[in-house]
Amino acid sequence: MASVGTHCRRLCRDLGFLPSLPPALLRLTIATSSSGRKPSLHRSQEDFGASDSSSPAWSHRVGPGSPGQAPLLLYLQQRLPPVGPAAFTFVINVVTPAPGHGGKDEVNEEVEPVNMEVMGHPEIYPLVLTTKTQEIFNCRVDEDVTDDQPYKLIKKEDIFEDFKNRGAISDFHPVKKVIQEYPGDEILLVYDKDFKYGLNFYVIGTEEGKENYLNPPEVLEDQEEYKEYSSEEVYIYKAPVSKPWISLGSEKEIEEESVNEATKQTTYMISRKRRKFGAPIKFSDHNASSIKDAYIECTAYPDKNFTLQQVEKDVGMQVIPQIKDRGTQTRWTYPKNATTQYYPREFSEEEKEAVGQSKPFADFFDNVSVGVEIALQQNEIMNTFIDDWKCLAEEEGTFVDKTDTQLKEYQSFTDLHSPMEKMITCVAWHPTIYGLIAVSVAVRLSFEDRVLNSGKLLLQPSLILLWSFSDPIHPQLMLEGPDDIFCFQFCPSDPNIIAGGCINGQIVMWDITAHADRIENIKSGGGRSKKPILKPMFLLEPDSNKEATYIRHCAVSSIENGHRKVITDIHWLADTFEINRMGAVFENRNGICCQLVTCSADCTVCFWDIRPQKALLPQTAEKKKEEVIEIPFDVPSTFLHLDLSWKPLAKVRLSKGETSVDHCPTKISLNESHISQTPDHMVAQDRAGKMEEINPYQNLEGGMAGHLKPIDEFCTKFFVGTEEGEVIYTDWKLERDPETGRLMSKKPVSMHTVHDGAVHTIQRSPFYNDIILTIGGWNVAIWKENVMTGPLLQSCCAPKRYTSGHWSLTRPAVFYVGREDGYIDIWDLLEKTHEPSLSQNICITMITGIKPWPSSSKQQLLAIADHFGTLHILEIPWTLSHPSSNEVSSVQYYFQREVKHLEYVAQRKVIRDKEIKQINMEKERKRSKTYQKSKEQIEAGLKLDYEQYLDLEKTTLISLGLLKISERRSFIDML
Amino acid sequence: TEVEETLKRIQSHKGVIGTMVVNAEGIPIRTTLDNSTTVQYAGLLHQLTMKARSTVRDIDPQNDLTFLRIRSKKHEIMVAPDKEYLLIVIQNPCE
Repeated sequence: MASVGTHCRRLCRDLGFLPSLPPALLRLTIATSSSGRKPSLHRSQEDFGASDSSSPAWSHRVGPGSPGQAPLLLYLQQRLPPVGPAAFTFVINVVTPAPGHGGKDEVNEEVEPVNMEVMGHPEIYPLVLTTKTQEIFNCRVDEDVTDDQPYKLIKKEDIFEDFKNRGAISDFHPVKKVIQEYPGDEILLVYDKDFKYGLNFYVIGTEEGKENYLNPPEVLEDQEEYKEYSSEEVYIYKAPVSKPWISLGSEKEIEEESVNEATKQTTYMISRKRRKFGAPIKFSDHNASSIKDAYIECTAYPDKNFTLQQVEKDVGMQVIPQIKDRGTQTRWTYPKNATTQYYPREFSEEEKEAVGQSKPFADFFDNVSVGVEIALQQNEIMNTFIDDWKCLAEEEGTFVDKTDTQLKEYQSFTDLHSPMEKMITCVAWHPTIYGLIAVSVAVRLSFEDRVLNSGKLLLQPSLILLWSFSDPIHPQLMLEGPDDIFCFQFCPSDPNIIAGGCINGQIVMWDITAHADRIENIKSGGGRSKKPILKPMFLLEPDSNKEATYIRHCAVSSIENGHRKVITDIHWLADTFEINRMGAVFENRNGICCQLVTCSADCTVCFWDIRPQKALLPQTAEKKKEEVIEIPFDVPSTFLHLDLSWKPLAKVRLSKGETSVDHCPTKISLNESHISQTPDHMVAQDRAGKMEEINPYQNLEGGMAGHLKPIDEFCTKFFVGTEEGEVIYTDWKLERDPETGRLMSKKPVSMHTVHDGAVHTIQRSPFYNDIILTIGGWNVAIWKENVMTGPLLQSCCAPKRYTSGHWSLTRPAVFYVGREDGYIDIWDLLEKTHEPSLSQNICITMITGIKPWPSSSKQQLLAIADHFGTLHILEIPWTLSHPSSNEVSSVQYYFQREVKHLEYVAQRKVIRDKEIKQINMEKERKRSKTYQKSKEQIEAGLKLDYEQYLDLEKTTLISLGLLKISERRSFIDML
Repeated sequence: TEVEETLKRIQSHKGVIGTMVVNAEGIPIRTTLDNSTTVQYAGLLHQLTMKARSTVRDIDPQNDLTFLRIRSKKHEIMVAPDKEYLLIVIQNPCE
């Protein structure tokens, strides 16, 4: 309505006059004399343009609440020609919409009824019925027609009668034509309460419209309406239409909430006499007690009716989420590479000079130099920040007394059960298990006695005893060999495999894998109890330990093809390489040690491979089978393939050259530079663990040399110590004799006879791979590989013969030498190089073996075996086990110095020779020279003598007075 | 000159590796070391000294830095600051 009003007002204003009424009451009717049924605007305008008369040119009805009129009006406004309002006339009726206002509007007489086609209802013809007409047709507002039934059917005849009675003033006059043309008898008159179509009533001009109204097909109509609306393109604004209210139950709540009076209201009527109204009142004091009922006491008392407590309270609350809109704009900057190069600010030379000459500069120096010099001097005098305590600790170390240099007896083992007198031939610590040491024992007999007693000896088992710290009486294991074992070594890859060399030239293999648990347990038991000596195993398990456990060897080498004399040394080759029959070196793919080298008194050095050879003849295999039956079942089959058929892989003869007598090796030492040093315990244990899973020695295959990569730069030279006291540096690689084509061992690179007895120790330093200690006879020598002019150090002859020796494992400058009188000499190269720095008596007999073992960082043990079969375990004192801070380098330096000295000595010979030659030449030359010059010299000498004689004669004559001076002159003249 | 003599004397002390004089802006004036080392030492030690000086002064406004000795694993660096110049000496104390 407001919009319509506004538009109307605008229209009116544009046309030149404004209605003074408020828009709420505005009802505008624009009348026109349009004759067409459909007052479309074109038509209207045409009419408007054509009928230029004083009468209303066109009319249109504008009802409030009909939004469709708004665009019409706008359109109208646009299309109206801009002419002054005086040129034509509008009739605008302002009608107040109040109901019951029966004032008849001034509607122009017209013939054509106006329908509501614009609003989509061409059958509806709105009209105004006055109250009088309503009475006539019994359709009074709010009485006959109500909200509930807003329509009434009126008979056609009644309307015609009304036409007759009232003529043109009949309210139905505008729709007379419709009624006349209406096909039915009854016309539907609808009360338009809301002035939907502009007037208070409307008639429906068609029978279908009537039917539709009485039985509304709502949906269809709505759709139609919608279509109609959407088809209107000029539609601009659509005001929100209020929707009918749908009950969702809230009215019930409101009803419940509303308070109704439960009790009936009490009505009091108070009356008073008229005359008493407004009478003056006079107040005075009164005694309350004097008059009865003068006061009423209202004492407070609890009323039971009002003791109700509020139990429940209904509180409603609505939560509205707070929403805030915020916006931020971030600027995106893309990264860019940028560099800045700058150079330092510097003074030019002139500027520097100028500054240097300035007075403040000199003053500055005066001020500052003193302090700086003091500081410099302080630093020169002593290092202020040195940690004295730390240095002290380094010096002193633990609580151990530094002056204590004596070896202390820790434990000793003697095999009490053996009836024969035995000596220890070889000692070896178990590589991984703490406190387990193996010794090989041999009957202490000379060769002749041995031959004599050979029958007796056969009954004796030849043994390697494994001692544990936990049991000083019973050996943990006894490895049985075919004959007395003179040397043995644990396999570096698997400590359960032991290789030994016998006096008869056989090599023996043991596999103690089956007994590994036993010795492992000892280890753990010993480790747990702090004092293993106090809790020996035999006390805990007397039964299991009392009986001696002999472990049979699992393989021996063939008697025919091996060594013919006692094996004096045996070594496992490192797991990094292997050699073939020619002595050529190849890589080792197995990663485990599987080759051995032995030397024997039969003047040969042999290499052995523990893997089965593929080239074995089938008959040997058969032979082996037979042997399998013979072998007791408790022997592990690890090296079954080798047993009694094992042949050396390569054999190197140590020939002396022209003479038929060969060198007799006692000890050998191979260059093990390819070993990544001796595997530390972790690795070894790890390997041992692996071996438990799959014992690689169980299924070793022969190395195919052709497939293996040769190691070219490998040094195949090795040191050999001989029985005659020679130290030979030779090559194991065989070469072909150019004449015969036979394989020949190479000639030794160098050979020195420095020892005056059999060499029994030839050992590389654990710190320097090229430093070798050799001990033999009565002296000690230290060599450097590749410096073969002579030993770096050669001690003078000791009073007693040396019998064994070993490098210290932790101090590079220290080695131990055992003597035949039971003393042990400890050499410390940093202290003395001409004699041992310390000697200590261990036992009464010859020391046959020395083996140190670093059991822990604090404790180091030294195993010393003697000729009487006793194994002494001694504790190495702190000073001998812990190197000083730079001992490695200082000893290295010492060796270098010695090398230089040797070079100098070698050179000196040449120099001396030269010098002697020169001296001789000089003498020669001198001699010849004197001979040439002699004649002249003699003549000159004779002349000189004669003149002297003349002088003497003259003086004598003068002194005698026989001659005068003048005469003398004359005499001389005379002459 | 006297300055040169002083410098020579300092340089002749045992273990002295280098000596340099730097002005208040960290620009080297005299040095016995090569250029790049000098520039590095000058720039860094100048900053450090300024920081040290401001630290001392911030703690007590009446105090001032007189000498800065930096002991490192390899050397000792001594810085003698003054109003306008710094004298830096690098010494190997345990030679």
